[in-house]
Amino acid sequence: MKDSICVKRKRVSDYVMYGLIYACAASSVLLLVGIILYVLVKGAGQINISFLTNVTSVLRGTVGIAGNIVNTLYIIIITMLIATPIGIGAAVYLNEYAKPGKLVSLIEFATETLAGIPSIIFGLFGMMFFAQTLGLGYSLLTGSFTLTLMVLPLITRNTQEALKTVPDSYRSGAVGLGAGKWYTIRTILLPSAMPGIITGVILAIGKIVGESAALLFTAGSAYTLPKGISDIFTKTLSSGGTLTIQLYLSAQKGEFGIAFGIAVVLLVIVLLINAATKLLTKKFDVNREK
Amino acid sequence: MEQKTKISVKDLNLFYGENHALKNVSMDMKENAITAFIGPSGCGKSTFLKTLNRMNDLVDNVKITGQVLLDQEDIYGAEVDTTTLRKKVGMVFQQPNPFPMSIYDNIAYGPRVHGIKDRHKLDEIVEESLRGAAIFDEVKDRLKKSALSLSGGQQQRICIARALAVHPDVLLMDEPTSALDPISTLKIEDLMEELKKTYTVVIVTHNMQQAVRVSDDTAFFLLGEMIEYGNTKDLFAYPQDKRTEDYITGRFG
Repeated sequence: MKDSICVKRKRVSDYVMYGLIYACAASSVLLLVGIILYVLVKGAGQINISFLTNVTSVLRGTVGIAGNIVNTLYIIIITMLIATPIGIGAAVYLNEYAKPGKLVSLIEFATETLAGIPSIIFGLFGMMFFAQTLGLGYSLLTGSFTLTLMVLPLITRNTQEALKTVPDSYRSGAVGLGAGKWYTIRTILLPSAMPGIITGVILAIGKIVGESAALLFTAGSAYTLPKGISDIFTKTLSSGGTLTIQLYLSAQKGEFGIAFGIAVVLLVIVLLINAATKLLTKKFDVNREK
Repeated sequence: MEQKTKISVKDLNLFYGENHALKNVSMDMKENAITAFIGPSGCGKSTFLKTLNRMNDLVDNVKITGQVLLDQEDIYGAEVDTTTLRKKVGMVFQQPNPFPMSIYDNIAYGPRVHGIKDRHKLDEIVEESLRGAAIFDEVKDRLKKSALSLSGGQQQRICIARALAVHPDVLLMDEPTSALDPISTLKIEDLMEELKKTYTVVIVTHNMQQAVRVSDDTAFFLLGEMIEYGNTKDLFAYPQDKRTEDYITGRFG
């Protein structure tokens, strides 16, 4: 029968398009897997307890990144301790107190712009302002202050988004019972927005771990461990190289074993952070569905 | 039997910016009675309800003139503390809005706002309020479970219990059953009959049959004006104003 609806006609161009699209998808996955495998193959051999718990020392004949791990931890903790309250405070102000208008638009525009500035510029600013003008020199504190500036927009934005998803009916309900504004924010809005806030915090930590340019001119490169309990706080005033900085320096010196070893450690950390974010967003959705 | 006036509204006008939303509304609402506000969508009945506990304060650009006297005190007076006002005048909203916490914490929220911290006192208040909302037996074994896990009708009764927990004098209900199924609606209407013995109840409803079923007095609103107000049975049987009659008989709505 002519023009039967049952006859299948596949065009060659359909097959070609399908093939091309498939190739695009495959190459992106393969590229990513390729990079990860390459790093793992080159660096996994370096990883052992000694590498992770020792500090590189000519005197003792050890090679290790313990100092860098500790420095990275310092930078993460100090930066988050400063950026989290300020970021959340800014978001609460923008969402709950400020009247929509020029000031709010200005602050939001500034936050967005800050988020897009290349990190090396933050490094330059940090070097000039925190290191030189404030006299902190190359130190973990200088590095943390600089990263605070970088990470603040992230926390503010995520907290704002989280607060926006809290239904207005909660606010009305609380006010109807006589609750004041801050009491409502403290007892209902912030707890409700917590999953979103935590997601922002974890993303910020991810950004800190991966940061190199901003720390290059600010935190320095030393990798000694704190000498004792009293040194734990004073160490913040001295220079400290994070994992990323050490990777750069080792690669520069041609010590590729160490460089790839650090790369593996960083990959594992990034993987863990992504997994944590995924878990949290899943938990968040489950809570919302109820 | 002469009933006391609980709320007396005198020449109330409300403006949303340029929009004159409430025009010269005056009425007296009786204590321990159910007063219903009826009228088509957009007539101002919900707006008027919210002026009774100053919820309109939350909206930008609102201007209010006139007086709302609660026990002869003007709630818009300069010295009024809105926290105390909202303790005396509670509100239940159209969409059930329990907080994302346990049932216990939902009910205890109001008392905690007003400073009650003692665990035993809170336990007492929670049980008393849940009984007052006729839902204690249904939830007494899962007070620690999230309030969001309950059905719509149950959530609304939790919201009523939550409002009762601060021991208000007046309970404002803004279309409390419009989001619920018929069976839950009936349960809450029965509840209102009980509640009026202790509280003064004011409800907004777009369901005329509900007004007939539960209320003692009814006020009909149209385009921001209160057209007619009186005993429910009288208003529905012998409406004085033609517009009231047209609305009640379904000529518009």
